[in-house]
Amino acid sequence: MENKQHTVQLIVFQLGDKEYGVPVADVLSIEKIEHITRVPGTEKYIKGVINLRGVILPIVDLRTRFNLPEHPYSEHTRIIITKKGEKEVGLIVDAANDVIDVATSQLEPPPEVVGTESFDYIKAVAKMNQQILILIDLAKVLNIEENVEV
Amino acid sequence: MEMNQYLDLFIEESKEHLQNCNDLLLKLEQSPEDLFIVNEIFRSAHTLKGMSATMEFNDLAQLTHQMENVLDLIRNEKLAVSSQVLDILFLAADYLEEMVESIASGGNGQLNVETVVKQLQSLDGKEQLENVNAPETVQFGKLTYDDYEWTVLSQSKDTDYHPFEVTVQLHKDCLLKAVRVFMVFETLEKNGEIIKSHPQATALEEEQFDFEFTVTILSSNTKEEIEMELLKISEIDAVEIIAIDLSQASEEAAVAVEQVVLPTEKEVEVTQQQTSSFKQQSKHATKTIRVNIERLDILMNLFEELVIDRGRLLQISQDLDHQGLQETVEHMSRISGDLQNIILNMRMVPIDTVFNRFPKMVRQLAKDLHKSVNLEIIGAQTELDRTVIDEIGDPLVHLIRNAMDHGIEKPEERIAKGKSQQGTIILKAYHSGNHIFIEITDDGAGINKDNVCRKAISKGIIKEEEIASMEDQDIYQLIFSSGFSTAKEISDVSGRGVGLDVVKSTIESLGGYVTIQSNEGNGSTFSIQLPLTLSIISAMLVEVENEKYAIPLSSIIETAIIKKADIMKTHNQQVIDFRGKVVPLVSLQSIFEVNDESEEIPETLSVVIVRKGEKLAALIVSSFIGQQEIVLKSLGDYLTNVFAISGATILGDGQVALIIDCNELIK
Repeated sequence: MENKQHTVQLIVFQLGDKEYGVPVADVLSIEKIEHITRVPGTEKYIKGVINLRGVILPIVDLRTRFNLPEHPYSEHTRIIITKKGEKEVGLIVDAANDVIDVATSQLEPPPEVVGTESFDYIKAVAKMNQQILILIDLAKVLNIEENVEV
Repeated sequence: MEMNQYLDLFIEESKEHLQNCNDLLLKLEQSPEDLFIVNEIFRSAHTLKGMSATMEFNDLAQLTHQMENVLDLIRNEKLAVSSQVLDILFLAADYLEEMVESIASGGNGQLNVETVVKQLQSLDGKEQLENVNAPETVQFGKLTYDDYEWTVLSQSKDTDYHPFEVTVQLHKDCLLKAVRVFMVFETLEKNGEIIKSHPQATALEEEQFDFEFTVTILSSNTKEEIEMELLKISEIDAVEIIAIDLSQASEEAAVAVEQVVLPTEKEVEVTQQQTSSFKQQSKHATKTIRVNIERLDILMNLFEELVIDRGRLLQISQDLDHQGLQETVEHMSRISGDLQNIILNMRMVPIDTVFNRFPKMVRQLAKDLHKSVNLEIIGAQTELDRTVIDEIGDPLVHLIRNAMDHGIEKPEERIAKGKSQQGTIILKAYHSGNHIFIEITDDGAGINKDNVCRKAISKGIIKEEEIASMEDQDIYQLIFSSGFSTAKEISDVSGRGVGLDVVKSTIESLGGYVTIQSNEGNGSTFSIQLPLTLSIISAMLVEVENEKYAIPLSSIIETAIIKKADIMKTHNQQVIDFRGKVVPLVSLQSIFEVNDESEEIPETLSVVIVRKGEKLAALIVSSFIGQQEIVLKSLGDYLTNVFAISGATILGDGQVALIIDCNELIK
């Protein structure tokens, strides 16, 4: 924020062939995939819970959440541990690639054309060279009903 | 001066001292003669005064100062402990508490203490009048004896021992007076028992006297023998020994009483010394430091990681078959076992921290309600998790108030019923299995079921036709409904219809239950059952297909293997015959939607028989793994209200196993 050109730091991750971003401030760590214990009777996108250094942490599969086809976990699969308010949740992504600085001026509101449901979770899009980076809205992804600052 | 860093410490310590004061005041009420207690209170008040003066809370300091004055009078026996005195002291303690609370919540701790200060001062003033005939001391010869010493001397009459007053005059050039004093004392002790000396022994040791001192002894030897012995010590100029004539003295004593003989400063010192040694015996103040609970949580989480690694290390060392490694790992296992106990115990707090505020509350309430109530506390040392302790206070206050207001009758009424005038409330805490039970029993009027029903109907809580099918327990539970209040007149203690429903919801939010037993005319018992959260519980690990679950041992009755042929059907429900009881069969596989290839029911089934109260159920599992101590953990804020899962635990291999909540599986 000290920069005259306001920037946000984003963690870039991949789902299918698209790249997504989530603010570094909301991320606690990035973990390799490990054994997930299924929790019965929960939403389909909640894969279960893991033991992260002694803390039980719920895990959301973003592919399922965004209605993308399921994909077997590979060595690139990562769990991004996020924190929104008091709630800590891990997100399963295909790969977590990079940390980048994006100028706020580069962020644009999501396109109006509503194609799929998953557009709800898009906070903004950023044009990066040839690629388009989708900034996700964590609160909406996690279905946290809170007043999130705009 | 920057005081903020000390403020927390000040508040905590003030609270401790106040609690101490309150406890001791209650004790003093029971045994008003006990000056040791007065001294203890004095000590606490004095510390409090010093602390608050340093922190510049002047009202607090002023009030404690006045309190101290009154206590000082009591301790010097210039003021008798009457119920009036106690009331004012209690009032002062209340004010102090209020001020400390105000400081704790960010205020400046200012409060108009004038009234109570005046009251304290009035006690202070009255002392002047009582002073005249207060001291009961007897003077004889050169020394003055108090009650106790006089009794000892009088009792010697019946024995071979005779009391003597020995006055020793040291040589004017004597350099090491203390040495001579010591030698005199030693000689006298050989001859008999020293009762008293003037000046005090400590003063003598410090050579705080001129050249003469007097010692009173009981001895079986004659005057001459003692004199001979003493004169053998060098640098002694003269020894004067007077036999104390007890009969004569007691006559004189009658005269002496009229003389006002103030206890000297030194005598006060003695009582202080006595009490301080008494205190050391009775109570070794435990040293504590305050640690943020969050840090303990982190410590516990980290420790669990360590336990998991320990398991892996154990496995590796066995595989490698290296003796040195194995021994080291075993040693480490033992140490971490001890560590585990310590860490878990650190979070446990005796329930006393909640109970200790009740005696005073009951005392005050009894006064307000004009009832006589005796509160008995049993099991105050029962430990439970800190998180539960923090929540349980308010519900208990409500229940005790309820018992005092609605339970215990007025003294006249009690006598009319043939009960003792004083009502009794028993507060009892104990562990059973993985639960803690807290019971509040009163010997009051009990619950009138008809009254409850009528009231509930008039309030629209239940319908008239429902009553017939209701069991006693269901009727009693009605008093926990919101908007229910049976007291005929509304008092400000209870009976506003808020409270009991809050009690129930608070306890249920902690995963507990309240049950009521009542015998009309003879009193009621409110029993609270609470889980010991966040502590280790014993659990049975089972497998459902390839998933692992933990079932708390407290709800398991037994495990069994049943044959397919034993399964019977009633109303679409599979049941088995278990020791003559029909027990419904519950398939965990279908409830937890575990993937299943074979729809076939195998020839034999492993079942775990669990219970909820009197009701049983048989849970079908794929296999038993075994019993294990597990650490209960919550699923976090994100996953709430998962059906039939009460939490999770981390297994030795680092995986998470879910803990089954049997209560939800049994309807």
